[in-house]
Amino acid sequence: MTDLKKLHKAIVEGDAKTAVEVTKAALAEGAKPLDLIQNFMIPAMDEVGKLFEEEEYFVPELLLSGRAMRGAFDLIRPLMAAQGVQPTGRVVIGTVQGDLHDIGKNLVAAMLEGAGFEVTDLGADVAPEKFVEAVKAKNANIVAFSAMLTVTMPKMQTTIEALKAAGLRNQVKVMVGGAPISQAYCDQIGADAYSDTASGAAAIAREIVVNQKVSAQFAEKGEKTLAGIAAAGKGTK
Amino acid sequence: MSKEKIFRNLAVSGPQDLIFGFAPKPVKCGFDLTIGAGTVFPEVNFTLPVMDVSTKTWPEVIAHYEEMATNILKRAVAMKVPGIVLEFEQLPQMTETPEWGAEITALLERHLKQNYEKYGLRGAARITPADIRGPAGVKGVKPVMRHGELWEKLNRSFDLCIAAGGDLISIESIGAKEVHDEGLMFGDVRAIVFALGVLACRDMTWLWSQIVDKCEKSGHSVPAGDTACGFANTSMVLAYQKLLPDVVAAVDRAMAGVRTLKAVECGAKGPSKDCGYENPIVKAISGIPISQEGKSATCAHFSHVGNMSSTMCDLWSNESVQNIRLLSGNAPEAYTELLAYDVRLMNIANEKKQGKIFQSWMIESDQNVSAIGTILAPESVYTIAKAIVAEETDYLRTVAAGKAALDIIQKSVDKKNLNLGKKELQWLERLHKEFANLPKDENVLAEEIFGTMGHLFDPECYGLKVAAAAAK
Repeated sequence: MTDLKKLHKAIVEGDAKTAVEVTKAALAEGAKPLDLIQNFMIPAMDEVGKLFEEEEYFVPELLLSGRAMRGAFDLIRPLMAAQGVQPTGRVVIGTVQGDLHDIGKNLVAAMLEGAGFEVTDLGADVAPEKFVEAVKAKNANIVAFSAMLTVTMPKMQTTIEALKAAGLRNQVKVMVGGAPISQAYCDQIGADAYSDTASGAAAIAREIVVNQKVSAQFAEKGEKTLAGIAAAGKGTK
Repeated sequence: MSKEKIFRNLAVSGPQDLIFGFAPKPVKCGFDLTIGAGTVFPEVNFTLPVMDVSTKTWPEVIAHYEEMATNILKRAVAMKVPGIVLEFEQLPQMTETPEWGAEITALLERHLKQNYEKYGLRGAARITPADIRGPAGVKGVKPVMRHGELWEKLNRSFDLCIAAGGDLISIESIGAKEVHDEGLMFGDVRAIVFALGVLACRDMTWLWSQIVDKCEKSGHSVPAGDTACGFANTSMVLAYQKLLPDVVAAVDRAMAGVRTLKAVECGAKGPSKDCGYENPIVKAISGIPISQEGKSATCAHFSHVGNMSSTMCDLWSNESVQNIRLLSGNAPEAYTELLAYDVRLMNIANEKKQGKIFQSWMIESDQNVSAIGTILAPESVYTIAKAIVAEETDYLRTVAAGKAALDIIQKSVDKKNLNLGKKELQWLERLHKEFANLPKDENVLAEEIFGTMGHLFDPECYGLKVAAAAAK
């Protein structure tokens, strides 16, 4: 029998090769996909997140763990899809029009992927209409904007207006971040959430999906989400 | 055509020759300004407050620049500065519509001319178009660097800004950022080295040969220099946020010196741009004057080397500040005053022949606070510069710079001068191993990185032939 603690350890240590090997072996032996996710993969990523928050891990360790998690999850995804399980949520992310600074946004995207979100990264210098198109096409739960320059901050509001004009504002949560952004600015432009760190952004996104309206929408449809399963497993929902 | 001149020797005889205000090859520019001949000048950089930049708001944008230029120069005259450089770092929209960037260039030149004629204020404008090539950072899309609409606009921006009278021409170019970013995010040393030592150096050569050519034809504009802002400043800022190891950022900084030097090897004359904290390495090798930022740039970003970065500067900058109201006036003029006091102290120290004493305090202030501070002390800079010129190719020079930085950091740790935490020490050990395992042949690394990161970059955009790419 495969020792599934090795899967947990491989993810924490960012060892993608071992994570994939252990998952393959476990599935071949009849392990339940949900058990692997709920009891080994998500707890491992939670531990990684904690190590990162405590400054025991730098970004490379964090992302290598995320890569190991995704390697294992790619094996499980088709089995989950067959059971009708959805990803944690769908996020469209990008740096607003006129802004080329994208490394913070990249970090947030990576953190979201590590947390089980399906992320559509539009890149840098993204026009409002591109955000609108992607939110529609991906049926996104969350759209996340980043701005690094004071002169590009107003494009966040422009993009929110574009979402409103397209009739999408009520079905998507807007998260904002970037060096000059603050909670006050988030409130001022009518965004839903702000974080000043990448890990904080992922935690907020998870909270949005699990505890707020999006999760409720999924529940109404009788769909299951990975985040919901995880939260239910921990009794936090 | 590339007219590269590869530096084989240093421009200074030792770290004792590296001092603020003096560069072996001073630069004359603008309105009777000579940089690097014994006087440090303030370089003021300013930007718009929170506002949209569009056709509709353009009159308001121009009004801001009129106000900023007027007030900065008024304060400079009041402070009796020996001269001044105004940096106009363009926002992407101002390069995407090249006429906009040129209009502001002409505006700044007009203000400088008026103040020179009326008050005898020596000055120059540094014009820095935004490197809009790419598109940048779009997942699944490889940046296009050498052709296409974005390059055409950038190219035209240089032409129009030079025609509008721009005195010093600069850019913060981004060639290879797509690979460097990925390398930083995953702590992949081989990718970082490949990005800086192979791709970035190739892009710098291609880009700067053209910028130098344009400036020379103008008979007025000086090709000033580039900066590794998108590279080593990214890692530095991430390190200060504890997102990346400080030792990685320090080694990245040293290696970035080779990339930034390429502009000079292609004919740039300096002063190299303020946010290139690697500039002292470039100064030691090439002798050009440099601009630096530090303690008076806290309005723009955090650093641990705010005093250290002034120790070898010829221009002293505030990096960037918004045109917002403060009690003493607007922020750009307030920062002009701050910089004026900074350079006054440095210049008086040199006049009294006590510049090296003043410099030693600033070195000691920051040298052992961080690994970046350790490698930016004049002695370290000299050691890294020597290691660079001892090698033949850009790739080998980049590796040599990284190894030299690692040795300097290790020695400082061993002597218990630099106190690194457990995680940092683990990374230091890892970096030693990674550098020892780098291939001698850059083609071997190119094939390897194309195999793992070929989805991120197009070798042809860097004039690079990769067998694996050709086979596809």
